[in-house]
Amino acid sequence: MKRRIDLVAIGCSAGGLRALHTLFAGLDRRFPLPLVAVCHTGSDDVSLLCELLARSATLPVDEATERTSPLPGRIYVAPSGYHLLLGRDGRFALSAEARVGFARPSIDVWFESASAACGGRVAGIVLTGANSDGADGLARIRERGGIAIVQEPSDAEVDVMPAAALAAAGADHCLPLAQIAPLLNRLFVE
Amino acid sequence: MARPDVEEVELELFVRALKLRHGYDFGEYARASFRRRVNALLQGIGCETIGELTARVLRDDALLPKVIAGLSVPVSEMFRDPAVFRKLRDEVLPLLASYPHINIWQAGCAFGQEVYSLAILLEEAGLYDRTQIYATDFSDAAIARAQEGIFPAREARLYSENYLAAGGAHSLADYYHARYDLITIDAALKRNVTFANHNLVCDGVFCEAHLILCRNVLIYFTDSLQNHVLELFRDSLVRSGFLCLGTRENIAFARAAQNFRAIDPRLRIFQLAQR
Repeated sequence: MKRRIDLVAIGCSAGGLRALHTLFAGLDRRFPLPLVAVCHTGSDDVSLLCELLARSATLPVDEATERTSPLPGRIYVAPSGYHLLLGRDGRFALSAEARVGFARPSIDVWFESASAACGGRVAGIVLTGANSDGADGLARIRERGGIAIVQEPSDAEVDVMPAAALAAAGADHCLPLAQIAPLLNRLFVE
Repeated sequence: MARPDVEEVELELFVRALKLRHGYDFGEYARASFRRRVNALLQGIGCETIGELTARVLRDDALLPKVIAGLSVPVSEMFRDPAVFRKLRDEVLPLLASYPHINIWQAGCAFGQEVYSLAILLEEAGLYDRTQIYATDFSDAAIARAQEGIFPAREARLYSENYLAAGGAHSLADYYHARYDLITIDAALKRNVTFANHNLVCDGVFCEAHLILCRNVLIYFTDSLQNHVLELFRDSLVRSGFLCLGTRENIAFARAAQNFRAIDPRLRIFQLAQR
């Protein structure tokens, strides 16, 4: 029985760029949902990051633009220096409010708002990273009936973030990075 | 069928209460980020629910400034997005230099970091003595902080890096005094700044500006309020005046955007188009 999901929300930090390459290269070209990644890069230029990811991704990659709606079958990356949120109208919103746990964008903020805006119909994915951002957000996603997917910590380049997510939220699926795209294809592609 | 969750209803009532009782209208604030700030306020004030906060703010006028301060977003840094300030220095100020007197409006000045960045920019361009900066915010608490011009010393390094990246001609330390763990902006930089309370939601045109800076303010507004404020800016600018927004702001959905022509689309610097 497939749970209805509107959007795939992804969080990662240290080692995240490589992990996103692997994930986005393995998605089915008919993937029917938007995928939105928050990655702590420290770089101001997310457009460059999008270009790099687009080289190996099977779907188009763009920076998440304020007031636009994430579209099915497309990948979005949060701009740096802002928190990314999803409005009840299904459009991206930005906030320049204070860092949350030293991070802006914060994965927790993104997960929490996406899950609230989609009435819980979110699949949250936590990948490699060196801090615990995303753990609370993933817990909220699960509480609201969404799906939690966590990269197996032993498989992650840095295990802190996935381990923190598992401790705070547990997971519906905990598996090595290479198996996450196939899982998403199985879960969501008809 | 879909019943709104209780927090959504509480938030609506909170917004109604602030408007009816205190005249502050947050009805056209983008809900996703507004909701976050209200929740942060609950912790800061020690309320369990938004309902409890509503009850308290209805009865306790003394709480209002704290609520308003909490609902505004005072986070900025000096010379944030240095490329923007470099562009202003290299391409906008030389055009403003042709006016005998220059008015600049910074709408949403928060704690003043950008006001003083602007003052430094003007000082180094030799234009400050014939410039008047109007720095406005709807939070009195923010204005008081901005007037003080005191910032944590731990920020100084970032500010200095930004200043140099923006093409600063000297050292940022020439413009502040460091004492203990604070830096205080040199009083001379405040000489042509007027601070005033102005609420973009309900207040009108109050000066004729050659340049308006309003960075990362409209991101908290709905499309219709964003449009309203862009109309206010259009009506406040001199012919061919300049408007500088935050670098990730999108005005494509605002009718009033047709009044502005981007002179640098990436940095979101616009010029009033011919009417």
